[in-house]
Amino acid sequence: MKRIKTIETRDLKKSLKSGGCGECQTSCVANQEV
Amino acid sequence: MTHCYKLNGYNIVLDVFSGSVHSVDEVAYDAIEMYENTPKDVIKKTLLEKYAPELTADDVDELFGDIEELKENGKLFTEDIYEGRAFDLKNRSTVIKALCLHVAHTCNLNCEYCFASQGKYHGERALMTLEVGKRALDFLVENSGTRRNLEVDFFGGEPLMNWEVVKDIVRYGRELEKTHNKKFRFTLTTNGVLLDDDVIDFANKEMHNVVLSLDGRREIHDHLRKTVNGKGSYDTIVPKFQHFVEKRTNPIDPDAFTGYYMRGTFTHNNPDFTKDVFHMADLGFTELSMEPVVCKPDDPYALTEDDLPVVYEQYEILAKEMLKREKEGRGFTFYHYMIDLEGGPCIYKRISGCGSGTEYMAVTPWGELFPCHQFVGDEKYSLGNIYDGVKNKEIQQEFKLCNAYARKECGDCWAKLYCSGGCAANSYHATGSVTGVYEYGCKLFRKRMECAIMMKVAQQSEDQ
Repeated sequence: MKRIKTIETRDLKKSLKSGGCGECQTSCVANQEV
Repeated sequence: MTHCYKLNGYNIVLDVFSGSVHSVDEVAYDAIEMYENTPKDVIKKTLLEKYAPELTADDVDELFGDIEELKENGKLFTEDIYEGRAFDLKNRSTVIKALCLHVAHTCNLNCEYCFASQGKYHGERALMTLEVGKRALDFLVENSGTRRNLEVDFFGGEPLMNWEVVKDIVRYGRELEKTHNKKFRFTLTTNGVLLDDDVIDFANKEMHNVVLSLDGRREIHDHLRKTVNGKGSYDTIVPKFQHFVEKRTNPIDPDAFTGYYMRGTFTHNNPDFTKDVFHMADLGFTELSMEPVVCKPDDPYALTEDDLPVVYEQYEILAKEMLKREKEGRGFTFYHYMIDLEGGPCIYKRISGCGSGTEYMAVTPWGELFPCHQFVGDEKYSLGNIYDGVKNKEIQQEFKLCNAYARKECGDCWAKLYCSGGCAANSYHATGSVTGVYEYGCKLFRKRMECAIMMKVAQQSEDQ
């Protein structure tokens, strides 16, 4: 029986590899070019 | 670090540093809560005592296997590997991405809770000239590096009290786009009193987004948002907002994004603020935001500790009602519940925060620069001006360090990669330091995130 269902999410650790492109907007964060 | 909570019939486990979210049954919930600090045989015994005979020893072993698999795959009990990088941010070079143009330090309303002191920011009435506005756009272009998309918000006070200058600044921006390979996204924040067809038509062509101030029910709105003559403003603005929102498409490019947000403030007078949110939805508005007032604790409308349980419950009521209305085909959005778990911001953005003082600045009517609109008028936070640039590098460094790891109090907070350290202005006004902690705001933020994540779990469960 499957007791744990994992919801689809972005892997934050993998996003480390991007280096942070800086193209995001300023953000007066949790929902802020996907 | 994990955060486990129960809401709306869901048992939710958030793995903080991977961003993973798990929806689990009661047995797994109990097991995960004990897993990292209790011997396995004790967990097994505890679970069997609580859930037998339906639960068997083999079931528990299988569950342990699933938990171990999630650990190995980096989706549960992951370690913090970001902290060291947070302080690299101090040395990063940044470009300016956005300006908040204070085109009018004056207002035609006299809202009691206004942080801008009825639009004048504790100073004299002032209007931005076209010359200052043009220089501000030049300053933004000059300091934006290779970045193409630039944002400019027309703010006040009430920006419609200087509307002709706003239009001329936009026209100047469109000229700059052609010569500098830039794209301006203009936005407008207004109380709506001076909205007319000229404003609506121009805004639909040129404003990427508009923020319309409405606090909800008439008696709530009119209690604090009065005209200078002391009259309520609800009856003046609501029909105008409805007309505006109805016409909110770009006549030149109907497919272009033309957004809006109804933006309300709730106070001690209406901790039952969902009634105001639903009121706005029932008026036909679908893009909604309702913010807790931030003010001095002794202000009569300040939220109190006694309001907290009421507000918590309201956030839950709101989330459940939104799920219900979505199913019924009459959904609406609530700003703080719009999180994107699948494609949301990368870890660098989550650590580094909103950008105030470094990537975002406010410009006064006379061209002085401040870290954001909430610092305008506080001279010790003056950064410089649009003619000579940023002179106060010390203050700018302070803001570069405002991030998810800047405050020791946030060390064990599960929500820090969602709030990125929170609002520097709120911290400053609550504690006297931009790296202080506005604990009341933190409590509300965490509750909102729990609700927002629960909604995502509910929606994904529904899809399956």
